[in-house]
Amino acid sequence: MDNITQKLMQKSESTKKDAMGRAISLSALALIVIVVISIFAFVMSRGLATFFHDGVSVKDFLFGTTWNPSVVDPHTKQPYIGALPMIVGSFLVTFLAAIVATPFAIGTSLFMTEIAQKRGTKIMQPVIELLVGIPSVVYGFIGLTVVVPFIRSVFGGSGFGILSGTIVLFVMILPTITSMTVDTLKSVPRHYRESALAIGATRWQMIYKVILRAATPGILTAIVFGMARAFGEALAVQMVIGNAALMPQNLISPSSTLTSVLTMGIGNTVMGSLQNDVLWTLAMILLLMSLVFNLIVRAIGRRGELK
Amino acid sequence: MNAKTADKLATGIIYTISGIVALILVAMLSFILVRGVPHLSWHFLTSPAKAFEAGGGIGIQLFNSFYLLLLTMLISFPIALAAAIYLNEYARKGRFTTIVRTAIEILSSLPSVVVGLFGFLLFVVKFHFGFSILSGAIALTFFNLPLLTRSIETSLAQIPNLQREAGSALGLSRWETVIHVILPAAVPSIVTGVVLSAGRVFGEAAALIYTAGQSAPALNFGDWNPFNISSPLNPMRPAETLAVHIWKINSEGIMPDVSAVSAGASAVLIIVVLLFNVSARKLGAMLHKKLTSA
Amino acid sequence: MANTIDLKPVSEFISEDAPARYVYDMSPEKHEIALSTHDLQVYYGDNLALSEGDLAFERYKITSLIGASGSGKSTFLRSLNRMNDGVATVKGNITYRGVDINTKAIDVYEMRRHIGMVFQRPNPFAKSIYNNITFALTQRGVTDKQELDEIVETSLRQAALWDEVKDELNKSALALSGGQAQRLVIARALALKPDILLLDEPSSALDPISSAQVEDTLLELKNQYTIIIVTHNMQQAARISDYTAFFHMGKVIEYDLTRKIFTRPKVALTNDYISGNFG
Repeated sequence: MDNITQKLMQKSESTKKDAMGRAISLSALALIVIVVISIFAFVMSRGLATFFHDGVSVKDFLFGTTWNPSVVDPHTKQPYIGALPMIVGSFLVTFLAAIVATPFAIGTSLFMTEIAQKRGTKIMQPVIELLVGIPSVVYGFIGLTVVVPFIRSVFGGSGFGILSGTIVLFVMILPTITSMTVDTLKSVPRHYRESALAIGATRWQMIYKVILRAATPGILTAIVFGMARAFGEALAVQMVIGNAALMPQNLISPSSTLTSVLTMGIGNTVMGSLQNDVLWTLAMILLLMSLVFNLIVRAIGRRGELK
Repeated sequence: MNAKTADKLATGIIYTISGIVALILVAMLSFILVRGVPHLSWHFLTSPAKAFEAGGGIGIQLFNSFYLLLLTMLISFPIALAAAIYLNEYARKGRFTTIVRTAIEILSSLPSVVVGLFGFLLFVVKFHFGFSILSGAIALTFFNLPLLTRSIETSLAQIPNLQREAGSALGLSRWETVIHVILPAAVPSIVTGVVLSAGRVFGEAAALIYTAGQSAPALNFGDWNPFNISSPLNPMRPAETLAVHIWKINSEGIMPDVSAVSAGASAVLIIVVLLFNVSARKLGAMLHKKLTSA
Repeated sequence: MANTIDLKPVSEFISEDAPARYVYDMSPEKHEIALSTHDLQVYYGDNLALSEGDLAFERYKITSLIGASGSGKSTFLRSLNRMNDGVATVKGNITYRGVDINTKAIDVYEMRRHIGMVFQRPNPFAKSIYNNITFALTQRGVTDKQELDEIVETSLRQAALWDEVKDELNKSALALSGGQAQRLVIARALALKPDILLLDEPSSALDPISSAQVEDTLLELKNQYTIIIVTHNMQQAARISDYTAFFHMGKVIEYDLTRKIFTRPKVALTNDYISGNFG
């Protein structure tokens, strides 16, 4: 082989560097995947121990209404591990917060994209960004010092409960839903608007009949993302919900959520005990629910594509 | 109601709603600042917290927060950068890429308390790191990785393909082009993303209460040997951060001035986080200007 | 301008029994061949974008590739230094100095240093003018400041940019005008001392004056480089190139001396194209 052939056939420095760089970046990516898999593996293995190791029945766990794992029921000889109060609490605050936040989010998004594009965006964009930026403990602190006393003075009782949790979560998920809704509304093609206005529709008719309809899958996705955030939020909710593992009697009775019981309990139980295992089962439910939210988002995305 | 009235009514409602949202933010910010700022003093920012009496500060917590932030960024930035490079520059459409993207999406949507509990299980308990800055930094890394990776990936994707072709045509490999051409051009928006994520990390508490712990032992600020237990730099010591401190004293604080301390601490937390948010964009814009001007 | 040709082929040149295809016989005995392709086929997925690509390029000459958009000329050009790797599948042989460079065994990065490329839109790096030129060299291990200085000056002179930028070599290349930027990009490619320079519509994004400057530059470079250029602009092809290949629907229809293509094309389709009947 002559010189040039040899040169062209040899691995150049560039090729070697590229192989190295590719390997490094791929291993970083692999690391992230491994982390995700291990989170599921570890939490699931601990969480399932409740059923396989401690012999708790799934039905008792999911539908039992008394939560006091360190006390044994004298009749059944089983500890009180009914997680329904927390499951109900979590779903209640999540749905209520989403129901309250959605009209606000849609209204604000419409203001930014349809009603007052320039001024609306200039004012509301920073508002949304600042709301996202506020840490959840600060939301919790404000909830504790403003919302809870307010509820107490208006409705009586302690002020802690589902209602306070809902109000705090409403503000927390509002920016999430709003910014995603804004993106969706912006992606509605311009000619939709023009053709609606051209046939004599008022602005509101255009928004209601054309834009919101075209943007429905995107808005639903935004709401689901907001709900996922609400469902997984721990400290802010824990600070205002009252932390009583009881079935919520009404919106202002002290209650609890999966996350609040977890944050309060994990430190006070011994690893490997039933009291500890059931808490990991709660964590497992959180994990699976975030998976469910993910699947819902995907399903909405797929249906949106089909249209 | 005819169409015109409906239109006017709807417009009015939309204005009102937006006004309320803006008002909520203003009210929250002013509440925190009005309640908290008067409490701020050099003494408050530098002295250690007190458990049972009034007059405690947040000095150690503040230091812990920044130290933890620094360690978290040191661990998560290189990983996120490398992962983003792979995703944007090497990955082809296919099953592997889909799986990886799904994994990142799932990680970003996991409740931070669950991420913290995983850190607790693996690092605090299994690896015997105990409640420590290191455990906390690793938990925060998991919490930070998906969003940081995605933001860096977006920054890389914004650099036009012309630049990649230019590198290839000069006989440079993908890697050389990325490191020396694409990355420098993407620096402004990467910086914005990193500083924004720093704000998130600084305010995070749920992932930390069972990893970095809820206690802030006294530190000897004269001892900078990271192997000494009272050294501020020791990564194996438990370290309650500012955000955790706010949660902790509100949940079970018994000092008489608890509301004043939490208002002051909240004000500091919010000011720092807002500074991160504002400076992120300012810094990015500044770097961008510097890069493109002569 | 080098060869001024009247661009009005007359249809009576085309006889009834005109061939459907004509490729100039680039016999190795009479010509020094810099690069040649044999049976080149390019697929985008399952789509055959180019076939029957059998062309030989003479050393130290300018060859133009012309044809309508989507005719396969750019695809062909980008295959020559394997810029299509990862984008398209390229089958067939590309022979460069006796070596088939379209095989896995070839180090593409090394090969591209011999066969450089300049694109349609000027793409200077976000670096100084100086570093734009030296960057690839320093990656190859050239670090001697004096040597680098010399290369910068030589290549900028070759690209006819030296006089305009010699006092502001540390200025950001992004501040250059379109025409200057494109000449910088050419200088950047020349700094690696390639054998062959591939240009993909290098002046289509430029104003007429800048475009003329780039053309002048190419004519200067012809003495030392083999140049293959894709162009939409038939006047440009006629002005600067020695050979011209006409592409249509993914095939080379006619390849001949530029002079012949633009005065007496042998294929009716070529005649139609250059007389502006389509394209």
